[in-house]
Amino acid sequence: MNKISIENLTLHYSDGTESLRNITMGIPANQITVLFGPAGGGKSSLLRILNRLNDLADVTYLNGRVLLDEEDILSPKIDVINLRRRVGMVFARPVVLPMSIRQNLTYGLEVAGMKDRYRLDEAVERSLQQAALWNEVQDRLDDPAIALSGGQQQRLCLARVLALEPEVILLDEPTSGLDPISTGKVEESLQELKKTYTIVLVPHSVQQAARTADFAAFFLQGELIEYAANKILFTNPENQKTEDYVEGRFG
Amino acid sequence: MIKATSTSTTRYTTQRIGFGLLTAMTLFTVLPILAVVIYILVLGTPAINGEFISGFPREGMRAGGIWPAIVGTFYLTLGTAIFAVPLGIGAAIYLSEYAPENRWTRLIRIAIINLAGIPSVVYGLFGLGLFVLFLQFGTSILAGSLTLSIMTLPVIISTTEEALRAVPQAFRTVSISLGATKWQTIRRIVLPQALPGTLTGVILGLERAAGETAPILFTVAAFFLPRLPASPLDATMALPYHLFVISTQVPGMPVKIQYGTALVLLAFVLGMNFIATTIRSRARARRQW
Repeated sequence: MNKISIENLTLHYSDGTESLRNITMGIPANQITVLFGPAGGGKSSLLRILNRLNDLADVTYLNGRVLLDEEDILSPKIDVINLRRRVGMVFARPVVLPMSIRQNLTYGLEVAGMKDRYRLDEAVERSLQQAALWNEVQDRLDDPAIALSGGQQQRLCLARVLALEPEVILLDEPTSGLDPISTGKVEESLQELKKTYTIVLVPHSVQQAARTADFAAFFLQGELIEYAANKILFTNPENQKTEDYVEGRFG
Repeated sequence: MIKATSTSTTRYTTQRIGFGLLTAMTLFTVLPILAVVIYILVLGTPAINGEFISGFPREGMRAGGIWPAIVGTFYLTLGTAIFAVPLGIGAAIYLSEYAPENRWTRLIRIAIINLAGIPSVVYGLFGLGLFVLFLQFGTSILAGSLTLSIMTLPVIISTTEEALRAVPQAFRTVSISLGATKWQTIRRIVLPQALPGTLTGVILGLERAAGETAPILFTVAAFFLPRLPASPLDATMALPYHLFVISTQVPGMPVKIQYGTALVLLAFVLGMNFIATTIRSRARARRQW
């Protein structure tokens, strides 16, 4: 079943950069859907539409529909704040907020109005467990988050999203700045997390796409070239461009 | 092999001369500041005692203390802070966080920059016209504070805006992506991070206000008023104006009283400066980005 349905989505930025052309695709629940392709293909734009972070960018033209559980999230009537709680985002560069580890995790809940200490503490532990970070930080939750290593910071960013108990998690090249071991930990967490969440990932390499994807979508210059299950797309793609890219003939 | 156009010894010599010249120039800029402070310290310190600080002027200001002027300057600075700080910080938040980049906001920015360049005596005249006469506040602390506020606003707005802009954009994006509203993002993330820079700007602005003579000349300052102001609508003595008066308008003025007054004003202003610098360096050490 599709958690998100994208229908005829077209987008232009005012400066004429990366745009999307007539994208139609469904994102299945409890699977990892990977959006990949060369830089400037529209992957990040699409990701940022899914939780309306694109509102912050200079978009001149946006048309089409994006349904999250049958509800059009591009509609002006939608509660954007609530949408962002349901659709969380992890960025390429781990940006920890300038506060303690604990405060980073409770921030989203607190701005939503939760004050109950007990429930906040519960969310902290649960989210850290899910992001495989609990063992490393449990006895220093009140230290500044910036003191963590790069890999730990990125897992904290993941945990921060998980603390909100979203339905969908978007990840924009979450491991691009991480070493192979940290990358492995994040990828492992994702396989566990998809049991509960719907995951959309922009990977930092074709290899990562092939390793993690249940479904993969290949984007080239704003167009969706091919979209299929992992096994088909990475072993027997229909489109010549997909095959060339996957086999490393251009990149 | 490349042939050197000049031997390395001459190049080293040129470098040494250049380096020496720049060092000398830097020293020359520091010397006058040191000279002023030392000069005033030497000539002013003998005047400093309990009566000078906490007493009222006597014998046509040739003896006694400068307490009313100290209190007056304190009230004026406080009054300026009350008007200029909320207004300046509010405007800076709007300009940095909300204002779209268009002709209108560019115009506002140009206005603010130009406001900073207006000579202070012009502010004084403006204050006289608007606050003292038109709004009928009279020669009063209120009129003076408002005049000084207008003069201080550009400094507060531009330093605060700079402090706000220095907060990484990524913090805002992350906060929004976690479901915070724009205002929650500003209040919980941006403002706390910009606070030290803002405070520094505010104090530097107020410090200028405290030391100015021209804007208070027509709006507040009393030539000689040996009592403390009773209300914001009272006139008052103030340190910079008092210094002007006893330096130029009173014959037979003891030098040590002139320099004593200068020393107190200098201490007042440098004290604020010291607080600003301390806040800034402490915040830098603690900053997490």
